Amino acid sequence: MTHQTFSAGVGLKPQHVRTILATRPRLGFFEVHAENYMGAGGPPHRHLAAIREHYPLSIHGVGLSLGGAGDLDRAHLGRLAALVRRYEPMLVSEHLAWSSHHGRFLNDLLPLPYTRRALDRVVAHVDQLQMALGRRILLENPATYLGFTESCLEETDFIAGIARRAGCGLLLDVNNVYVSCTNHGRDAGAYLAAFPMQRVEEIHLAGHAPRRDSGGAALLVDSHDRPVAEPVWTLYRRALERTGPVPTLIERDAAIPPWDELQAEAQRAGDTMAAKTDGGMLVSTC
Amino acid sequence: MSPLAERQDAFARALLDPGLAPPAGLAGPPDAVVAERFAVYRNNVAVGLIEALRSAFPVVNRLVGTDFFAAMARTHALACPPSSPVLLAYGGDFPGFIAEFPPAAGLPYLADVARLEWRWLESYHAADATPLALQDLQRLPVERLPQLCLIPHPATRLLRLAHPVLAIWRAHQAQAEPAPMALGDGPEHLLLVRPHAEVAAMPVSPGTFTFLARVQDGATIGEGVAAALAEEPGLAVSGMFSRLFDAGLFCGGEAADKENRA
Repeated sequence: MTHQTFSAGVGLKPQHVRTILATRPRLGFFEVHAENYMGAGGPPHRHLAAIREHYPLSIHGVGLSLGGAGDLDRAHLGRLAALVRRYEPMLVSEHLAWSSHHGRFLNDLLPLPYTRRALDRVVAHVDQLQMALGRRILLENPATYLGFTESCLEETDFIAGIARRAGCGLLLDVNNVYVSCTNHGRDAGAYLAAFPMQRVEEIHLAGHAPRRDSGGAALLVDSHDRPVAEPVWTLYRRALERTGPVPTLIERDAAIPPWDELQAEAQRAGDTMAAKTDGGMLVSTC
Repeated sequence: MSPLAERQDAFARALLDPGLAPPAGLAGPPDAVVAERFAVYRNNVAVGLIEALRSAFPVVNRLVGTDFFAAMARTHALACPPSSPVLLAYGGDFPGFIAEFPPAAGLPYLADVARLEWRWLESYHAADATPLALQDLQRLPVERLPQLCLIPHPATRLLRLAHPVLAIWRAHQAQAEPAPMALGDGPEHLLLVRPHAEVAAMPVSPGTFTFLARVQDGATIGEGVAAALAEEPGLAVSGMFSRLFDAGLFCGGEAADKENRA
């Protein structure tokens, strides 16, 4: 089925569901964290089902640990597959990160060394995930605070290699690009230039907390607790020049503001896309 | 162990143990203080788990204050991190931890409040089912009723608590400042149900509690009623049935096959 979708979306928060269902804002899609809907039933599923009746959905996993040295958690893989079958989302994404180790879930998106061996591991895990879901996934670039001395590949080459070998799409988190490049003293524009944009099927925009470490170096924290920063909007416009219109999500996971504020940010993303392309309308194929 | 596994092993150990130095082999730009960058991850892990517990136990948080809660939750989270990425299922061990946490000893009812909050969450996320109406039961010949096993709705939870915490729990649902309140004598028998939309908590008599506990264990109505009357000789059985069915407590029934039951 082919239909037209206004392509800016917002991360769905429980406190906004009532307003959204009552006012039905013009919006391209909603995104949820998969793990928040892995209970058996109750109000969360009732609310998500009601949203799904009116909007396309994106399911964003935050706990599969695709970068983990150990095997993927098969039970978790099964839960994710069941959720995807239940809600038939337009997009499914996960992170280039690890978060579980020896059966303990560390609840953060932890960084990987960019080595050939780590690349092989992630490719195998993305393959396994795509087989389990029976569909392509999008892999998100990380926000990182430090790297590893054994890394021998650029992050952009590492990501391009995974996408090429596993045949997955990419979720470009522009805030993560800005945060990581600032933290590692790199040029975000050069990062975007090296990023395999032809595979980008979704963009994330979020806010970050600016700090400095005691050595005086800038240290940005990917906090998702405030509006998208201006330099990130600038990078977003540059990214759009190469991606064309692409579903773009406003993420807010802490200090959740009233709905209108997130809707206004999504509107800005839509307007930015419209200014860069023709009308901000996107033909998406589901 | 592969180099990647070794790397993640050292990283994970240092994340959970603030006494350990950051692992070797970390890299940042020339002026960066690598230990401070590692501390961002350490903080993310701890704060993420503290906030997961805070959202699961909002009344405990209100009763002790955010700083005390954070310290208590951090101690528990670093010692017992989740075993699953589904954080909805994280916190089941927290009430038991609170009961043994010396700084909380001055609030002897706190662990019972936490037990109530945890069962409330279980009920909230339990599977959906259509409640059975009392009329459905009344259609059966009355002589068959004692042999019937009732199937509890998946969201039904029973709690027998040493302290009567329902009033405390209710008074601290809103963001309002906690007001002093007299704590009654325990124990308290509570029932959590979610017949349609939201979870409801209600006190039940000891006899009703016994009936429900037996039914949950697979007893027939007849066996449950006998146990309930033994516990509470004055129990009005028909009134109990009306209340329980009004609360949407059951989602089905099946005839007990006495021959095949242990």
